[in-house]
Amino acid sequence: MQPEPLRTLQEGRARRRRAIDSNFRRLGFFLTLSTLGILAILMLNLAMNGLARIDWQFMSSFPSRRAGEAGILSAWVGTLLLMLVTASAAIPFGVAAGIYLEEYAPKNRWTAFVEINIANLAGVPSILYGLMALGLFVYQFRFGQSLLSGGLALGCLVLPIVIVATRESLRTIPSGIREAAFALGATRWQAVWHHLLPYSTGGIATGVILAMSRAIGESAPLITIGALTFIAFLPPAPLISHAPFVSVDWLFSPFTALPIQMFNWVSRPGEEFQSNAAAAGLILMVITLSMNAAAILLRRRAQRNITW
Amino acid sequence: MEVFPRTSSRRLDKAVETFMVWVLRAGGWASVLVTFGIVITLVTESWPFFREVPLIRLFQDTMWTPLFAQPQYGIGALLAGTLVTTGVALLVAIPLGTILAIYLSEFADPKFRDWVKPMLELLSAVPTVVYGYFALLSLTPILQKIFPDLPQFSMLSAGLMMGVMIVPYVTSLGEDAMRSVPMLLREGAFALGDGKLGVGLRVVFPGAFSGLAAAYVLAISRAVGETMIVAIAAGLQPKMTMNPLDSAATVTAFIVQVSLGDLPHGSIGYQSIFAAGAALFLMTLGFNLAGHALRRRFHRAT
Repeated sequence: MQPEPLRTLQEGRARRRRAIDSNFRRLGFFLTLSTLGILAILMLNLAMNGLARIDWQFMSSFPSRRAGEAGILSAWVGTLLLMLVTASAAIPFGVAAGIYLEEYAPKNRWTAFVEINIANLAGVPSILYGLMALGLFVYQFRFGQSLLSGGLALGCLVLPIVIVATRESLRTIPSGIREAAFALGATRWQAVWHHLLPYSTGGIATGVILAMSRAIGESAPLITIGALTFIAFLPPAPLISHAPFVSVDWLFSPFTALPIQMFNWVSRPGEEFQSNAAAAGLILMVITLSMNAAAILLRRRAQRNITW
Repeated sequence: MEVFPRTSSRRLDKAVETFMVWVLRAGGWASVLVTFGIVITLVTESWPFFREVPLIRLFQDTMWTPLFAQPQYGIGALLAGTLVTTGVALLVAIPLGTILAIYLSEFADPKFRDWVKPMLELLSAVPTVVYGYFALLSLTPILQKIFPDLPQFSMLSAGLMMGVMIVPYVTSLGEDAMRSVPMLLREGAFALGDGKLGVGLRVVFPGAFSGLAAAYVLAISRAVGETMIVAIAAGLQPKMTMNPLDSAATVTAFIVQVSLGDLPHGSIGYQSIFAAGAALFLMTLGFNLAGHALRRRFHRAT
């Protein structure tokens, strides 16, 4: 046998490499689509089992022992009020911390500690925020198993998300903007308030939307503070007919929320309760996924529109 | 653009500046306070538990039944559940996440990648209670066709679902790490005649390894702390078993199970969930710190 000429040998190898590459490309493409397919299957599954349950009666009824009469009125009102508390706790503190760390903080050990602390906080399991809320808010501060305790627990949980988003969007602003403001005699805060904050609203808003969508879907911390109870009433209204027209009683009201209501229905036997769970899940999925989609689009727009 | 008002005096500006520095600093402190809040609550509320239960019993006992008349405190029974569900999840997430990361960073069209990455990240935005629902009512029946003896609650089903949930962590962080490997290294390997997959595996993968390792470690931390999927689909009975086809409670599921009942402040049940929480905190803290150290090392190297 003649030894194969070197050139054909090389060509053979190159062909084999190309074959391996195109096979891997196909595998990767297939796996990407199938992973995304899981998301589609989840949505379809929820829609098939739950869409028929969603009607006015479902939205306007309290939970009930009879699955067919049960609804999510107290759950969605609870979720809405929880988000109010969460947002008013997480946004001011988160944005302030982000501005401080990015624009003010001196480079020293304390700052390094705060940064490591925030990075770790983002990875603390959500249920531990629930335990903290149980020990601290429910018993130590005597807020009870209330909207205030639950909302603050979720607020602490999403605080790192808001901080990181604020810092990242401040970081993309070129330092020339700051220097120009200082050159005109602005104090640091004036530079932040008149220039840096307006330019980073898009990024901060993205972070806030992502944080809220995370908080809406969380159930573990709320279960831990003991919120999984039968709630067939609404919290007192925040607006009242007599002076001072605003009431904070609702903050101390017991509550339920969409994900906990869903958990309650999942853990009950019987197909009727399961289709209630699917309906609640479908609503949750639509809310969280559309919030995420909005955040993605907002980020794209912000990136596209800004040219420094 | 706004012009600074002329009426503002230098003195007022300075006062506002000092005031705002304090306000902003308070925001930074808030994040530290949250950590202190978690640590102090876990320590003080579980303190009575550890005073009553000698540490050695945590490892000597083989069952975890703190609420029984004759309680047993073998935390190994809970750790076994956490270990098995996490292991199953990683068997899904690490291979799948790594392949997707290599594909997206080395093969995929940049436009395709820019669309797919946020879509993949939606998988980790799905409320975990929805995953739990799906694992219990759809995935388990499918698995029961393959393993006829599979009980209604199983660590296999919960673990697989958890794996799907953490794929985006691995893919996203892993792909970032791979893309920051300098182009020159790739070009060198191509010049020596290697193919794309060869370059991906022999040059980019080792080059990005500490970044990838950070992604894996952070994914482990997620899996260890995940609560709702395991509480719904893996069962609530603590059991010392390493068989994924069995049902068993994890550390997190135990906390949920106790929280579902009536929980008087100061009872042993109340204290035991804080003890379990302290164990959980230590585990995830270790993984988080390791993950961030690896990430920092990677960023310094590139």
